[in-house]
Amino acid sequence: MSIINNINKAFDHRIRLGIMSILMVNEYADFKMLKELLDVTDGNLASHTKALEKVEYIKVEKQFIGRKPNTRYATTKLGEQEFKKHINALEKLINKQ
Amino acid sequence: MESKDYLKDISEIKNLMNKSSRFISLSGLSGVLAGIYALVGAAIAYFLVKNSDRGYLILDGYIFKLCLLILALVAILSIATGIILTTKKAKKQGVKIWDNASKRLVINFLIPLLSGGLYILIVLCQGKYGQTAALMLIFYGLALVNASKYSIGDIKYLGIIDIILGLIAASCPGYGFWLWVIGFGIMHIVYGTWMHFKYDRN
Repeated sequence: MSIINNINKAFDHRIRLGIMSILMVNEYADFKMLKELLDVTDGNLASHTKALEKVEYIKVEKQFIGRKPNTRYATTKLGEQEFKKHINALEKLINKQ
Repeated sequence: MESKDYLKDISEIKNLMNKSSRFISLSGLSGVLAGIYALVGAAIAYFLVKNSDRGYLILDGYIFKLCLLILALVAILSIATGIILTTKKAKKQGVKIWDNASKRLVINFLIPLLSGGLYILIVLCQGKYGQTAALMLIFYGLALVNASKYSIGDIKYLGIIDIILGLIAASCPGYGFWLWVIGFGIMHIVYGTWMHFKYDRN
């Protein structure tokens, strides 16, 4: 039962899982980088980053590079913990089979 | 059926982590060619020195300048080959050649390498050249170990071998040339061949 509890609903989607995977190994990733790596549309990516932002697993920084607006993302402490828990739960589920 | 999905999730996570933080399109073949350039360069330098009037190398002779020129040529040819073959491989894999991952790789490779290179030049200018081969091996090895975090992890082992060879060269003066030949020539060929068969052949 406890294993199932650790499977996090917030990560229960390929793109959200992908966003977290990239941010776990990079200090920051901007919108364009995430878009290219995950191969998704702007709207799609924006809705998934918003979902992760809402549960405070990632934080968003908006800034200007020259005159261009640039949005970059990073994980929060909470997001990192939850992601690790989620991975452990996945591994346990796989090993149980 | 569920478990199959989770397995897919895990491999997707791994794939994205690697793709976003490591540049793994390094060409093994360029390693082999770099090794061959090093061997050819070393052979030319060897015969130049052996056939000179003295039969050994001194610091201010023109043969020494020729040797430095050969060394520079080997380095330039190796870097050019590396860039060309790696670009080709990246294109084939549909990976961008100049992104965050490759930038990080180049920066982390160059920091130990350039500090080592400058240090060797400073020491040479002070007339001490006995440790040159050892220093080249050690700093190149450190550069590889440092870069391995941002590329194919396996290049770490080549780096460690070069560091060990460098330390041996430092403690056995007179064998520096031969250890340089092993470290930069033979090890590159062995390593490049291994990488080629492990990663490139598909």
